[in-house]
Amino acid sequence: MAEAVLDVAGLKAGYGPAEVLFGVTLALRRGEVAALMGRNGAGKSTTLKAIMGLLPPRGGKVRFAGTDITGLPPFRIARLGLGYVPEERRIFTDLTVFENLEVGRRPPRAGRDAWTPERLFAVFPNLAEMRGRRAAAMSGGEQQMLTIARTLMGNPDAVLLDEPSEGLAPVIVEQMAEAVLRMKAEGISVLLSEQNLDFAAAVADRAYVIERGEIRYEGTMEALEADEHVREAYLTV
Amino acid sequence: MDPSFLLVQSLSGLASASSLFVIASGLTLVFGVTRIVNFAHGSFYMLGAYVAVTVVPWLLEIDRSPWLFFAGVLISAAVVGLLGVAMELLLLRRIYKVPELFQLLATFGVVLMVQDAVLKIWGPVDIPGPRAPGLRHGVEIFGQRFPAYELFLIVVGPAVLGLLWLLMHRTRFGVLIRAATRDREMVGALGVNQALLFTGTLFLGAFLAGLGGALQIPRVSASAQMDLSIITEVFVVTVIGGMGSVTGAFLAAVLIGQLQAFGVLVFPKITLVLVFLLMAVVLVIKPWGLLGRPEPAAGRAALPEGILSPRGFGGAERALLGVAVASLLALPLFGDAYAVKVATEVLVFALAAFSLNFLVGNGGIVSFGHAAYFGLGAYAAGLLVTKGGLPMEPALLAAPLAGGLFAALFGFFVVRLSGIYLAMLTLAFAQIAYAVCFQWVEFTGGDNGVVGVWPSAWASSRHVYFYLVAACALGAILALRHVIYAPFGATLRAARDSEPRADAIGIDVRTHRWLAFTLAGVAAGLAGGLYAFSKGSIDPTMLGIPMSVDFLAMILLGGIQTVMGAVVGAAAFHAIKDVFMPLTDYWRFLLGASIIALVLIFPRGLGGAWGALRART
Ligand SMILES: Nc1ncnc2c1ncn2[C@@H]1O[C@H](COP(=O)(O)OP(=O)(O)OP(=O)(O)O)[C@@H](O)[C@H]1O
Ligand SMILES: [Mg+2]
Repeated sequence: MAEAVLDVAGLKAGYGPAEVLFGVTLALRRGEVAALMGRNGAGKSTTLKAIMGLLPPRGGKVRFAGTDITGLPPFRIARLGLGYVPEERRIFTDLTVFENLEVGRRPPRAGRDAWTPERLFAVFPNLAEMRGRRAAAMSGGEQQMLTIARTLMGNPDAVLLDEPSEGLAPVIVEQMAEAVLRMKAEGISVLLSEQNLDFAAAVADRAYVIERGEIRYEGTMEALEADEHVREAYLTV
Repeated sequence: MDPSFLLVQSLSGLASASSLFVIASGLTLVFGVTRIVNFAHGSFYMLGAYVAVTVVPWLLEIDRSPWLFFAGVLISAAVVGLLGVAMELLLLRRIYKVPELFQLLATFGVVLMVQDAVLKIWGPVDIPGPRAPGLRHGVEIFGQRFPAYELFLIVVGPAVLGLLWLLMHRTRFGVLIRAATRDREMVGALGVNQALLFTGTLFLGAFLAGLGGALQIPRVSASAQMDLSIITEVFVVTVIGGMGSVTGAFLAAVLIGQLQAFGVLVFPKITLVLVFLLMAVVLVIKPWGLLGRPEPAAGRAALPEGILSPRGFGGAERALLGVAVASLLALPLFGDAYAVKVATEVLVFALAAFSLNFLVGNGGIVSFGHAAYFGLGAYAAGLLVTKGGLPMEPALLAAPLAGGLFAALFGFFVVRLSGIYLAMLTLAFAQIAYAVCFQWVEFTGGDNGVVGVWPSAWASSRHVYFYLVAACALGAILALRHVIYAPFGATLRAARDSEPRADAIGIDVRTHRWLAFTLAGVAAGLAGGLYAFSKGSIDPTMLGIPMSVDFLAMILLGGIQTVMGAVVGAAAFHAIKDVFMPLTDYWRFLLGASIIALVLIFPRGLGGAWGALRART
């Protein structure tokens, strides 16, 4: 088994009085794409936010690249090389495409080509044409590309990707899948949350299924696709 | 009218607009990134002037060159910028996550501390600054003389706007500031150390305030009143422009500069009123200001923990309350005249604070100008007795009417807003009332106020008047408490906790809030009327910002989340102030430090401490 770049053990988190995660345990291996699957409100986004430090973990441990990152502020976690792409995209609408990328820029990491706007424009050609445009004027799909590109500017070793296919037209979803595979090809490990089984099947190697704040299933993507019981129980609506 | 006169008038309006913009740009930048409305911004402005009247003459000793003058101005601004950094490191860093009300109070604590520090360092006498070498002459403009320095100031505003634009668009620091203004959490998730960004922003903001102050020294002497007089104007500029928008601040400053320059020709007495009216109109039409954008994060009020479900008194509390009221009422029998006076004032403030917590704790309406209704009640009563020749009884009746009437009028606009904008609007209305009382000298006596506000003969003894106050204040407090427990109070709490949900179940949130605001105004007006007769005079401090802050400090000390905390808080606050003020020359410093300490370590107040104690036993 390949070494885990991200190791989450017994993670608990919640909002105010509401407990949402009751001890989530999962691992992301170096170089793989893993999908965190589950229905609306299952706790996918909460898991990613708690890993990233955007939500203070109330229990459990998160290790990234050998470092204990539980409870660290998000900027420290990001600097260690864990990128985060939020579900709501959260691009800076007042800024141009180029400036959005600038906000994400971090120094290059040893032994890896640094991402530059030019390299990213090659991966996301749509963005190249609108580099000077205010991000507010972009379509949803373009904004989704931009959030991923912005996170890549930080030269991450691993990326948390929250529902990249949500609310996008089929063509764009296909481009999204290519982008994820491209990240994998660059050696970036990806943990993505997803409800769309087809999308996950197209990009992920392994899958976790979360329901009511607990991991209910773990296996290869093929195994999950084959397992009608699990799909019935936790994925179909 | 002579067109050249109009031109000159307009130019002088532009000159003041420039200064206003330089200061306001700093406030709006800091707000954009930190979401804190910094009261101490006015203190930075004042410090800029004081440092400049110290540094610049010293530099001009070396050589009377314009360059050294401007070097001195920049040095002063940089010194103030460093003070901004100190404030960020020592205070702001600890309060980014607390409710807005606490943030405002804490930064006001800094205002108080700086006031005493300035008096200590520079003394109470205003210090005139040197004129700028090379810009001391007048310039002929269509036959009118216009000071060259003012012309220079007109250029400064757009120049600062341009430089800020370059900074914000051409440097990484500026891009990060703009990004953080939209979504600072996301900026952190991308690996940016927010702490450094915030510290840098505070430097920039304080630098701009200091620059604004230092540039004023050839026009006005440095004085210890500069801070509060500028801060409300700057608040108005940033609110009209849209909080967080530098360009908006520029537009608003120009608008206000012109309004003042021409308003003074038409309504010489009420220029301030015009300015605040403009703000009220803008906020009603565009609640986010001219160039501000609605933001869920900024619009949603981060409220202090309010009154949850009010509980009745337990047996022990009932007994305690009985003892407290009985010993209060027995006070005149054994206390001296001074004790009776203090007790009278405590009762008055208890009512005022209770009415404020009725809004804040129960309604989630964080008013920063509650002293307005208190003061207007006092003025109504005082003026009716002295100028109107009425006896005390009808005047005391008029006090709550006046408080309620103005609360209804102002509240009509106030309840349309929420969060920081609501707080700013209440403050602005309070400043209108203050400005009228201050500027309308013939009628209100201006700064000195009016003396001779004495009770009727039957109530003229301190003791009798004490019992009159006790009857009115305790009666009004009981009545308001009743309202809190009644369905109306519960509805207000429901609307406070979730406005959409309250709307959805068919509650007319606005009307409920408006009624609550008016009711609180009635109670505060009564308190003001009682206060006027106990002091025997009225003056504008009764509706000033420090008075509003005193009320807020009282409810904070008492515990916003408790029903009766305001009463305890008023008593404790007034007693502490009364005991310590005469003991030290630095009571403002102490008061400011205490307010900050309250916010940082004791945000649930005495009521919270009592609740915790009760829960344990
Ligand atoms: N900010 C919040 N405050 C309170 N509760 C929240 C908040 N965000 C999410 N929740 C609750 O936490 C639970 C898990 O939400 P989460 O967003 O993690 O689900 P999800 O799996 O990402 O769902 P979706 O597919 O809808 O994005 C839900 O019950 C949700 O109502
Ligand atoms: Mg989600």
